[in-house]
Amino acid sequence: MSKISLIIQREYITRVRKRSFIIMSVLGPVLFAGMMIVPAWLSQVEEMDVKRIAVVDSSNMFRNVIPETEILKFDYLENVSLETLKKTYAQSGYYGILYISHIVTYDPNSVILYSDKQPNLATKLHISNAMEEYIKSLKLSTYDIKDLDMILRSIKTDINIRTIKLSENGREKESSTGIAMAVGYAGGLLIYMFIFIFGAQVMRGVIEEKTNRIVEVVISSVRPFQLMMGKITGIALVGLSQFLIWTVSTFLLVSIAKAVLFPELNLTSTEKVLTQDIMSSGQAAVSPEPEESAANMQEVYTALEALKNIDFLVMIGSFLFYFLGGYLLYASLFAAVGAAVDNETDTQQFMLPITVPLILAIFVMISAINSPGSPVSFWFSLIPFTSSVVMMARIPFGVPVWEVVLSMAILVLTFLGTTWMAAKIYRTGILMYGKKVSYRELAKWIRYKG
Amino acid sequence: MYLFQAEEIVKQYNGTLALDKVSMNVPGQSIYGLLGPNGAGKTTLIRIINRITAPDSGRLFLNGRKLESEDIYHIGYLPEERGLYKKMKVGEQAVYLARLKGLSRQEALTRLKYWFEVFEIRGWWNKKIEELSKGMQQKIQFIVTILHEPKLMIFDEPFSGFDPINTAILKKEVLALRENGATVIFSTHDMGSVEELCDHITLIDKGRTILQGTINDIRSAYKSDTYEIRFMGDIHVFKPVLNANFELLEQSVSGETCTSKIRMLHHAQGNELLAMLINKVHILSFNELIPSMNDIFIRAVKGNSTEK
Repeated sequence: MSKISLIIQREYITRVRKRSFIIMSVLGPVLFAGMMIVPAWLSQVEEMDVKRIAVVDSSNMFRNVIPETEILKFDYLENVSLETLKKTYAQSGYYGILYISHIVTYDPNSVILYSDKQPNLATKLHISNAMEEYIKSLKLSTYDIKDLDMILRSIKTDINIRTIKLSENGREKESSTGIAMAVGYAGGLLIYMFIFIFGAQVMRGVIEEKTNRIVEVVISSVRPFQLMMGKITGIALVGLSQFLIWTVSTFLLVSIAKAVLFPELNLTSTEKVLTQDIMSSGQAAVSPEPEESAANMQEVYTALEALKNIDFLVMIGSFLFYFLGGYLLYASLFAAVGAAVDNETDTQQFMLPITVPLILAIFVMISAINSPGSPVSFWFSLIPFTSSVVMMARIPFGVPVWEVVLSMAILVLTFLGTTWMAAKIYRTGILMYGKKVSYRELAKWIRYKG
Repeated sequence: MYLFQAEEIVKQYNGTLALDKVSMNVPGQSIYGLLGPNGAGKTTLIRIINRITAPDSGRLFLNGRKLESEDIYHIGYLPEERGLYKKMKVGEQAVYLARLKGLSRQEALTRLKYWFEVFEIRGWWNKKIEELSKGMQQKIQFIVTILHEPKLMIFDEPFSGFDPINTAILKKEVLALRENGATVIFSTHDMGSVEELCDHITLIDKGRTILQGTINDIRSAYKSDTYEIRFMGDIHVFKPVLNANFELLEQSVSGETCTSKIRMLHHAQGNELLAMLINKVHILSFNELIPSMNDIFIRAVKGNSTEK
């Protein structure tokens, strides 16, 4: 077996066997799956039981106006003062007390929902929408317009924006900006994290070999370049393994959790309430409109379609490329820093030029998600030091092929350049002790020939 | 023909001369001692031989050819500070380093098994390096250094951190290496081991060679015609027999045994002295006092600093 593959093997096996790697592999997917599942699950649990709300209506206008849903029930109480109700609230078993003052038609702040919990947005929207609609229809009716109901029904229009991406060959693809943003953000952030985590591992590995004088023993068997590339490659494989474990087990966990926790539907209960609202929001009337509910389903459907339409093969492929490219570029720099210093505390002065472009990349990425076609996004997805993060965030929105190819080519060329440079620094630095190294010194090392 | 030669090596660090034209010739199949006080430049020289640092000037030869970077594959180097991965297990690490040196996995295992027996460390295979003491790590490092049977072995302070039992084992193995054809250069402060092991030495101080040659030559050069005589009888027996050719240096009595140190002057022979004493006292032993390497070391280094 060749020496470099021996080194790769060692770097890989010792790291994969580490407790921290195993913990990360287990914890990561649990965390990711948790982020997707837990909020939905919590809201479901929270709203499992029916919320009864006592309504004290001083205006005497709203009896049975607010439509009840599966989990929202309203009791319209008469002859009970708000004060006594508040006093007995704790024993009453009500979720909240809805107080409507008599001046409600001209003072929008005259409706109060008392509760010892924080009522969610859906509940609030449900109540206010119903009341607004009712007041609106009341007010309209004072104008005494003929066939008012019919007119209102005919003017009600729902707009649901669907975004369709035109690809170059004229094929249409349905896309949803929200999904693309989320995928782009996740991709860019993951690359940023991987570069930092595994780049730092390279640096620490180099420092370990240097301070423990392992290099002096090994250098008689392998060339410094082999040692450096073996370490970088081995750790890259560790990163890829971690990524693979994360994606596969997150996917599995989410699928299992979905099957167990939400057997009947993927919608959260908050969405259910909103859906019911949308369905029943025509007029103050309680009658749901079949077409509207269909339109609503269409919206959910569109989002799902869009998720399907993001080409996951392309996404994963470009993720792997930009992860490897970006990692290799930075890992060689991290290795050079590790070789130039005597211990980890000395790394600070050389870390700055590495961390600044990476952090810049994160900032540009955030702006690129909002405007993926802007000149800033364009240029920073070509500059090799930021391209892996920024381009990754742009890809879900669709990027012209030539831009991707150009960006990849520049990345590869730069990676070759930095590796060459890093190898020179590494070769000299790895065997040098007790000397505080300056940038000028590093430049000298790069110019050494041979 | 010499296996290894260093020719006028000069190395400067930040304006101070770490090595000033140091040369050494190491014959094949011999043990060569590199001696000197702390900071003399021993480790610098060793690092230059291993091509870890480059000399400012001077040349190195292996088998009469200029030392090339490929040649260091044939050098086994035991650094003074341990060069091992702390978190790795002993066996795994030894196999890894052996395979890096070009041994097959099977070959590495066979040889390691042998050496683990020799050093009585079979039980350590699955221990992590960081769990071992300094001396224990040193054993592992030593095994790893010689496992691929390099022609030239360079040990920097091989005995530091060893107890007397393990020092004895290591000395035995170093001698065995020479028997099997290897050439060993080692640096040390332990003069006892120098006397036991070394064929040749170079003593450097402040970057300069102050003493060089075979052990026997050096010790003969430092001897001062002094003899020690142990006898039973009258301690004052010397008074009448001392003449201009003998000088009594010191005398001591322990029970019935008297010990005297006598220096011969004007190339006088020991036989003359014995002839005078032989009928008067009961002689137990009579031997020439050859200075120990320890004495020579101290005298040479002190002499070097007073010269300046």
